[in-house]
Amino acid sequence: MATLVAPTETFSAFLEREKGKDLLRFTTAGSVDDGKSTLIGRLLYDSRSVYDDQLESVTKASVGRNAGAIDFSLLTDGLRAEREQGITIDVAYRYFATPRRKFIIADTPGHEQYTRNMVTGASTAELAIVLVDARKGVLVQSRRHSYIAGLLGIERVVIAVNKMDLVGYDEAVFTAIEKDFRAILARFPNVEPYFVPVSALAGDNIVTRSSNMPWFKGPSLLEHLETVPVGMRVSTAAFRFPVQRVVRPNQEFRGYAGTIVSGTVRPGDPVTILPSGRETTVASIVTFDGDLDQASAGQSVTLTLSQEIDLSRGDFIVSSEQLPLKSHGITSTLVWLNEKPAEVGKRYRIKHAGRQDWAILRQIDFRLNINTLEQEAVHTLEMNAIGQATLETARVLCFDRYTDNRVTGSFILIDPATNATVAAGMLTGTAETGTVAPLAGIAWHLRDGALVLTSEQGFSIKPGSTGERLAMEDPEALEALRHMLRRLGIAPFASATESDFEI
Amino acid sequence: MTARSHLQQLEAESIHIMREVVAECQRPVLLYSIGKDSSVLLRLAQKAFYPGPVPFPLLHIDTGYKFKEMIEFRDRYTAELGLNLIVHTNRAALNEGANPFNWGTQRCCGALKTTALLDGLRNGGFDAAIGGARRDEERSRAKERVFSFRDQRGQWDPRNQRPELWNIFNTRIHPGESLRVFPLSNWTEFDVWQYIHAEDIPIVPLYLAKPRLMLERGDSLLPIEQSIVPRQPGEEPKLVMCRMRSLGCSPCTGAIRSEADTVPRIIEELVTMRRSERQNRVIDHDQDGSMEIKKQEGYF
Repeated sequence: MATLVAPTETFSAFLEREKGKDLLRFTTAGSVDDGKSTLIGRLLYDSRSVYDDQLESVTKASVGRNAGAIDFSLLTDGLRAEREQGITIDVAYRYFATPRRKFIIADTPGHEQYTRNMVTGASTAELAIVLVDARKGVLVQSRRHSYIAGLLGIERVVIAVNKMDLVGYDEAVFTAIEKDFRAILARFPNVEPYFVPVSALAGDNIVTRSSNMPWFKGPSLLEHLETVPVGMRVSTAAFRFPVQRVVRPNQEFRGYAGTIVSGTVRPGDPVTILPSGRETTVASIVTFDGDLDQASAGQSVTLTLSQEIDLSRGDFIVSSEQLPLKSHGITSTLVWLNEKPAEVGKRYRIKHAGRQDWAILRQIDFRLNINTLEQEAVHTLEMNAIGQATLETARVLCFDRYTDNRVTGSFILIDPATNATVAAGMLTGTAETGTVAPLAGIAWHLRDGALVLTSEQGFSIKPGSTGERLAMEDPEALEALRHMLRRLGIAPFASATESDFEI
Repeated sequence: MTARSHLQQLEAESIHIMREVVAECQRPVLLYSIGKDSSVLLRLAQKAFYPGPVPFPLLHIDTGYKFKEMIEFRDRYTAELGLNLIVHTNRAALNEGANPFNWGTQRCCGALKTTALLDGLRNGGFDAAIGGARRDEERSRAKERVFSFRDQRGQWDPRNQRPELWNIFNTRIHPGESLRVFPLSNWTEFDVWQYIHAEDIPIVPLYLAKPRLMLERGDSLLPIEQSIVPRQPGEEPKLVMCRMRSLGCSPCTGAIRSEADTVPRIIEELVTMRRSERQNRVIDHDQDGSMEIKKQEGYF
């Protein structure tokens, strides 16, 4: 199945090697009919990741469409509607492994209206394969695919020039496309490209080097995927640890569970707690498998600190030497994901590094035409649009720029009425928070130890809600709450209900 | 330093997901199916909340047709780990005579699994159910989110899923709606076995080969544990060296011929295996897009 055993190796050596194998997540982008599904089907098939009964089921299903040879695309189109219409609708995840590495593919559809899926697939990928049809050359879509890969922080892009069999395996065709494509990539200095001529259908340069193209001296697509370095940057970046949960099983133990986003931590390291700014040191790194001397990016651990500090979910523990940014006002690149367009002045839920908060969409600075890469002045963003926007959060947001850190630099926006995920955001910097109209007709006071907010509409904060607890325990949260209420005074206030005020 | 291994990365990701459920959902529950994936989930839950206890109960939907060895393992292992186990069965349907031969697999699954699951979740007031499903199991699962939204009737709408970016999960729901959460989304069958081996995780002995009494029918090996399995004329059970590759209800789960009586031997067998894991699950093949339809109705 998924894994090939080298013929000379013993089974126990095989098991040991398997355990040490690393992981590469990549995404694929291509225009309609570039042969993307065929390419993935080919990778799965040639790495023996497809079982006989799965092959039989797609051979059976192929009869209705193009009867005859195996239609690799049917292996990847998982939903019935997709198989019926012969198109890919949604992001699908595929898995295969070779003796060197395990792979996760985020397989995304190429139609323009599915930009949101491409962005979704790219968000977790370290490498992107962009397919180009050798007969068509570099299209406007190629620019879009490259832009999205660059935008989502993917530094390694493989440009697979496909259908080389249909141009007689002509080196000049490949070289011309490479030249055109390099001109596009000049805009993305961080992207390291690799160009490879392939035929997904015939299997040229996919797994093994093709004898049809002796002029090409580079490794095959799979050889490149197996050897390209991964995971280097996050482990050398500044230490970032968003607290996911406070762990307090008994009086003696107080720890902070989370996943190390970037950098490395050791007991004794000086750290700063944000947003409070208090400084302390790491006491221990606790795991089920024993305490660790060191932990780094990607590990899920529990930290204890040498001082008792009040800390809750969503706070950051970070390297004291390199602090993140801190602001109520933020600028970001937004990808709009929902049919309901962006509404300036509306408040959304923002989820950033394990913390939910309110954010008001202040302004849309511009929309990017992702085909021409020109900025366009707009008042809204519609589904699949990419633009730059300014937001303001109720509580102070600690973050890094997305180009520095993909985890502390990213967020999603949620529509509070429908709970739909409406936008993906990549933080670009801080913004001045503007003045807002004071909130009319609202008062807050403490009654029987509880915070009560009253208004002309007569709503009050939900007793026992997180918002109340925060406000009672934490003066900063109270300040944040007041800040939020000031912001709320703008539009949504008239229709506010109790549940709106649960932080 | 060198990159961390794929198993370590998958483990860390699953732990992150479990912690996120507990941090953001009101009343999570772990859907415990007793199989190998559930065994892995339990180990991950122990790791995620250490040194605290596992902070949610387990819910087992018992169809009444599970293998005896599964139930024994369930009771022993969950007691050993000190976990809170809830068992729910659709007694009404069983009393009406629900079984795959009288009712057909689709109706039987609908009553004993889907309805029972939805009832079990409603009875407990659970708003998030953690399950061990993996995207590599079946092609409609390949498209499902890690945090997968269910409407008030527990149904899945594959065409209208929330986009899921980075590791930021949208856990917000309205009252009556719920989430299914799949921490093993990115694991493959092979990863699961490697992890069981590396971590020495207990599994139901049915996964390991030994001689068992089976009905041989064509290429299939049918367990005879349930007296409801209709015999064909002249058919007699035989002792066959075999094991279960996946565990479900005994009348609907075939065995495979195998000599693999240890976990490393199972891994060795998988390397050369040419059939997929769910191939012996009758219920996946009752119609095209079978799993997708069952999932839309609320099935796991």
